[in-house]
Amino acid sequence: MLEKLSFNVKPGEFISIVGPSGSGKSTLFKLITGLEEPSFGDILINGESYDNRLGRVGYMPQQDLLMPWRTILSNAALPLELKGVKQQDAHHQVMGLLEEFGLKGTEHKYPSDLSGGMRQRVSFLRTVLSGSNVLLLDEPFSSLDAITRLTMQEWLLDQWEKWKTTVLFITHDVDEALFLSDRIFVFTKSPVKKLEEVNVPLDRPRKLRDIHHPEVIQLKEHLLDQLRARVEL
Amino acid sequence: MKRLKDFIAPSLLVFALIVCWEMIARFIGMAFILPSPTQVVVKLWELKNILLLVHLPATLQVILTGLFLSIVLGVGLAVWMNLSKVAEKTFYPIIISSQTIPIIAIAPIFVLWFGYTTIWAKVVVTILITFFPITVNTFDGLRSSSKELKELLLTMGARKMDIFFKLQVPSALPHFYSGLKVAVTLSVIGAAIGEWLGAQAGLGYFSRRMMTQFDGAGVFAPIVLLSIVGIVLFLLVILLEKITLKWRKTE
Repeated sequence: MLEKLSFNVKPGEFISIVGPSGSGKSTLFKLITGLEEPSFGDILINGESYDNRLGRVGYMPQQDLLMPWRTILSNAALPLELKGVKQQDAHHQVMGLLEEFGLKGTEHKYPSDLSGGMRQRVSFLRTVLSGSNVLLLDEPFSSLDAITRLTMQEWLLDQWEKWKTTVLFITHDVDEALFLSDRIFVFTKSPVKKLEEVNVPLDRPRKLRDIHHPEVIQLKEHLLDQLRARVEL
Repeated sequence: MKRLKDFIAPSLLVFALIVCWEMIARFIGMAFILPSPTQVVVKLWELKNILLLVHLPATLQVILTGLFLSIVLGVGLAVWMNLSKVAEKTFYPIIISSQTIPIIAIAPIFVLWFGYTTIWAKVVVTILITFFPITVNTFDGLRSSSKELKELLLTMGARKMDIFFKLQVPSALPHFYSGLKVAVTLSVIGAAIGEWLGAQAGLGYFSRRMMTQFDGAGVFAPIVLLSIVGIVLFLLVILLEKITLKWRKTE
């Protein structure tokens, strides 16, 4: 899938990775999280190489993957629990964050009581609580409807500015990538040997309408052309 | 109100069947072949002391001991098979084939081994009948846990123990209850078979003794009690399920 791929990400940067399905985006995430090991080369997190990377970065999957048998409170507290934080302390910490995540009053509800957007917020809260300054988000909004997705994108930017974390964000929505990121990596047809890298010429903080800037539209067309060339029908 | 409505149809059907039974039994008029429901109820009332104070406790002891051991063995085996591929390959086929053995046919051997006087022959029959649904359901439940959730837990730095207790056990619980529901109803049958074949007390034993005396109503009276025991145990499992799996009510 991936061959001789090399890149680095600055602290606090927001990077989007776009590419057609099957281009190895998810494989890259599996490698970074430590679920899979590279045959060659090394992966450094915060400048350090680890034998076992599991538990070093926060990972947010495509589906919310909340445990249906746990309340919102204990779902969000899961990473703390796994680190051995006492339940009382963990719950206290989560309770303090629920309001900021727009989840006030849901602590004793079950995931099935919540809407898709709310569940993704819980999932993101859980990812943030992993305590890592590097977050990997794998198409987190792809299952949401278009309007909820826009709201969630704005919300994510707010959160990112607040937490000052490094974010790697997989998407196949070019608009989403342009609106959110500092840089966009385009995955070529597999095996991926080199990355096409695009800087987004927008300042922060951004508004949704900023992506209609002529410069950005030109960039979008360039990106779409590149992606389209790689999709074989 | 809606709940009450749900009960109307089955109650009517049972009532109609009982009325039919009563009429046919009166028409035949031979209580040792087919006692009428009223005769059974009268018999139940006459024998209430000995049935409720001697034979019901004896049967309950067999049922509860058998179920308890069955849960311990069944869940233990399911966990072991889940942990080790070798254990799974070894035990799974044996567990399946054990169900093809007619337990009624081999039950007399247990009576020879453990004797009439202890509860163990009956307990073994109960275990043999009930451990299968518990083991198989629990095992399937443990394996039903989502692979994506497992990977997510791993990325959070979870150890094997965490994955077992925080993911596999909760995923297996609903399956375990399904198995337990089947097992509690079967446990009544298991205990009755055991007592039928060799015992000095118990509802199954009492029923057979009445058979030798051509007392039709006396045969049915303990059977009614056995059936009530089965229903009560089943309802208890449902109650336990409702309490421990609160999250499911919303689905």
